[in-house]
Amino acid sequence: MIDYLSDSDHWWGPAGIVQRLIEHLQFCGVALALSLLIALPPAIAIGHTGRLAFLAINVSNIGRAIPSLAFLALAASTMPHGFSSRWPTIIALVALAVPPLITNTYVGMRQADADAVSAAKGMGLSPVQVALRVEFPLALPLMIAGLRTSVTNIIATATLAALVTQGGLGRLIVDGQAQADRGQQVTGAVLVAGLALLCDGLLVLLAKRLTPGPVVRRIRLGRSPASASA
Amino acid sequence: MDDRWHWDWIDRNSDIVWQSFQQQLDLTFRAVIIGILISIPLAVIVRGSRAARSIVVGIASVFYTIPSLAALTLLGPFTGYISRLTVDIVLVSYTLVILLRNIITGLEEVPADVRESARGMGLSKAQMLLRVEIPLALPSIMAGIRIATVTTIGLATLASLVAQGGLGFLIIYEGFQRQILSAAIVGSALAVGLAIVSDGVLVVIQKLLTPWARRRVLT
Repeated sequence: MIDYLSDSDHWWGPAGIVQRLIEHLQFCGVALALSLLIALPPAIAIGHTGRLAFLAINVSNIGRAIPSLAFLALAASTMPHGFSSRWPTIIALVALAVPPLITNTYVGMRQADADAVSAAKGMGLSPVQVALRVEFPLALPLMIAGLRTSVTNIIATATLAALVTQGGLGRLIVDGQAQADRGQQVTGAVLVAGLALLCDGLLVLLAKRLTPGPVVRRIRLGRSPASASA
Repeated sequence: MDDRWHWDWIDRNSDIVWQSFQQQLDLTFRAVIIGILISIPLAVIVRGSRAARSIVVGIASVFYTIPSLAALTLLGPFTGYISRLTVDIVLVSYTLVILLRNIITGLEEVPADVRESARGMGLSKAQMLLRVEIPLALPSIMAGIRIATVTTIGLATLASLVAQGGLGFLIIYEGFQRQILSAAIVGSALAVGLAIVSDGVLVVIQKLLTPWARRRVLT
């Protein structure tokens, strides 16, 4: 691994560490932004009204039954330019990230303190204001717990993008294995693991900042209600 | 549709498909069973002490965050890059995170007055655990086993990357590398089907084990 790292081409080259890291972050960033845009509006609507609740709860059970490699395989095989374009990979990442976001945001909003909600209604807030200014902020800790699951999934699956000839840090692992270059392989693995742990750590800090004291312990113990106890 | 679709590939290679499916079953259930055998005693040991519990759950959560492909590679230098042991360690470790959390939660949720009446009836600690606490924690434990099984089926598709077969062989080697997309679809569909069927079987087992909870619907 030290040998691999001491060659500057391996850092700055077209298949080097920096390029692969940028590709990885691009995959993850675009997928995460799209997932939030897709997941939050319906989750907030379902959480506020309570309608279609079975959908919000079951979507992550169904999502979990589909292995991420299968998501990638289906996306790459069935879409045009499956192996040359980035979009099939990004669509697979989004499909993986949306369910935990929906379920957790929904559960968080349903668990919003009933007194706070009726106080807000009594103050004359419109339903939209109640949803966005009272229920959603109270749901944030659980929403972020879902976000942690989604981000972990996205980073892990973006690594598998290398298997459908896309870029990202997974290429270091896959190319390293193909070339029997253990240094490259282990470098890729260390970077992916570090990136995942770093992002998860940042989200834990974010959750703490956005959470009132007594609720903190609950987040630290349980990643998402769907996986903590069903 | 283009020339990479060869549905007759399935007919010609049914033995490879069947072998991969059997390997997938073997990888999955070995990991889940070892995971259960480790996590139940471990949960019972650590549940009494808050510090021990947070250390064990903390280590398990950190491991859970590490992407599986990275975990397989990081173990390479120690247990071999092409090794069944590497796959087993990674798969078992992921099951431990899920199982430990659910078992500990289940044991903690046993109502205090139930525990007290059990003690009042003169049950020893071991009797209480086996006859009161574990049965009452079963719904939570079984939920954990379901999630662990379905998750492991997904992760075991990566075993083929370290030459241990499984349905990932159809997806990655036949499908992606040899560009026989029908093989990738067959592998994926079998993995999804296996996950759904296993989950259904575990739901039935859970209902049989906890007849008193029949009216509580678990998701």
